[in-house]
Amino acid sequence: MTTPPGDQPPARSDHSPWNWLLLVPIVIPLIPALYNADEPRLFGFPLFYWLQLAFIILGVTATTIVYQVGKRRNGR
Amino acid sequence: MSEHITEIVVFSILFLVVSGMGFVAARWRRPDDLASLDEWGLGGRKFGSWVTWFLVGGDLYTAYTFVAVPALLFGAGATGFFALPYTIVTYPLVFLVLIRLWSVAHVHGMVTPADFVRARFGSPTLALLIAITGLVATMPYIALQLVGIEAVLKTMGVTGDLPLIIAFAILAAYTYQSGLRAPALIAFVKDTLIYVVILVAIIYIPAKLGGWGSIFDAAKAKFDATPAPGDGTLLNPNNQLQYITLAFGSAMALFLYPHSVTGVLAARSRGVIKRNMSALPAYSLLLGLIALLGYMAIAAGIKPITANGKADANTIVPLLFDKMFPDWFAGVAYAAVGIGALVPAAIMSIAAANLFTRNIYKEYIKRDATAAQEASVSKIASLVVKIGAVLVILLIDPQFSIDLQLIGGVIILQTLPSVALGLYTRWFHRAGLIAGWTAGMAAGILMLYNVANPATNHAHFGGSAFPLAKLGLDTKMTVYVGFLALLVNLVVAVLGTLIARAGKLADGKDATRPSEYFADEGDPRVHEVELTGSH
Repeated sequence: MTTPPGDQPPARSDHSPWNWLLLVPIVIPLIPALYNADEPRLFGFPLFYWLQLAFIILGVTATTIVYQVGKRRNGR
Repeated sequence: MSEHITEIVVFSILFLVVSGMGFVAARWRRPDDLASLDEWGLGGRKFGSWVTWFLVGGDLYTAYTFVAVPALLFGAGATGFFALPYTIVTYPLVFLVLIRLWSVAHVHGMVTPADFVRARFGSPTLALLIAITGLVATMPYIALQLVGIEAVLKTMGVTGDLPLIIAFAILAAYTYQSGLRAPALIAFVKDTLIYVVILVAIIYIPAKLGGWGSIFDAAKAKFDATPAPGDGTLLNPNNQLQYITLAFGSAMALFLYPHSVTGVLAARSRGVIKRNMSALPAYSLLLGLIALLGYMAIAAGIKPITANGKADANTIVPLLFDKMFPDWFAGVAYAAVGIGALVPAAIMSIAAANLFTRNIYKEYIKRDATAAQEASVSKIASLVVKIGAVLVILLIDPQFSIDLQLIGGVIILQTLPSVALGLYTRWFHRAGLIAGWTAGMAAGILMLYNVANPATNHAHFGGSAFPLAKLGLDTKMTVYVGFLALLVNLVVAVLGTLIARAGKLADGKDATRPSEYFADEGDPRVHEVELTGSH
């Protein structure tokens, strides 16, 4: 499209072994065998509902770790 | 109507305050000039973490969601809860993809997903297909936001089309004037209201209904008493595959929608997007709790409003609020839903307008359009889009929009190979991608046509759960149509690419460079480079 700027910024990368952590909150919520039951209940919530709500923590934890690790590696 | 007078007054006041904010938004972080798509359509690409959180949250979790998801649980139970795993899975899934999209869009000044495809695969035809897919998928979504407002108005006893038309006219006017800054500013009010209403609802209503345990027991008792085999507070062996493919397919589709891309590209930096991938699940918690309003409605003995012999399940949440809350707070809750419709409707119409401007007008009608011309075409297109949405709701059965939105999820998934995979690899040939898109579209629509739903009197387009028995398999299991259609798309795209390569078919030129997928705030942009080059 155009000529690139003369001095290229140092090569960056999003690669990190920590990225595999993102698979946990993708795979776990998609296994109904883990949560498709009524008992045990928590505060009256059947397992099906409270455990799936708890999976939100998995997602937040994994994305936070990957972000923090990436920030340190890239020094920004 | 008279017994709802407090609710109507509270609703109207909040609605008007927010509308005023919409007009004032044009001055927020005052730009020198709103006459470019970067400013009008993307708010200057300068939104930080908080603004982005409210904007994208307000964009993805729409009024329709807040009304329709509880209605699903009210009607069928556990299968409706797919919305929760869907919005949990989506953020880790798109985390690494969106930052690549943001970077390359930042460097090249791209505004729409089709802009990226145009540059990456050098194919105006493929970009046009992606743009049209986005437009078709977004239009019914805008119309559905009206269904959310309508459900609230109906419950307050406000009838006739005029209130709806006025609400959308106000929305159209301030979106025209302020662009993306309007929904970004309003989203603060909308989400604060929604959080307050839901927090109160999940504490106050269960206390009045005898606790969460008895709410779930009441729901279970209702589903046990019905003859329908697919409902219940748990999944059964036949709908589990549907549950996870629908959750996963919807998670993949979410950030392919043009309005989601608009919210992401308006962010200031990669860090803003990454932080939001951790923070947006707060809305998923909210959505999961809102979904359970459907069971509260069962326990409270709510009966949906019936019109023309058809029960409107979308009215159960407003009716629940009406029955449980004092009038003034029900008014606040209604305003939350009503304003909740305005934010996504504004962003969606901006996204649709940008698609038209960048990928149809600029590509095919006026190639040398200036930034100011682009902005004015987009502003007018956003008006046309909203008028179209109102007409669709008023002149055609709202059920038509609901069916179309169902199709929307299936068809937007067909842009995944070009947009999401395209961000990672240039392996695909443009001809293969076009063939895959065509095959995926055809397969998806054919399957949707063949889904019947006796419960809603649909012989065709009765849902997105495709019975595997129709493929000759001896099972009662169902699977999400979009998932199967995407598989067809991918297989054809791979085969098409191999054939095109073997036949030495000319491929498009890739205008992007590998390092551009990691660019961040402060890095040079292509058009800035062009400017410095010409001086």
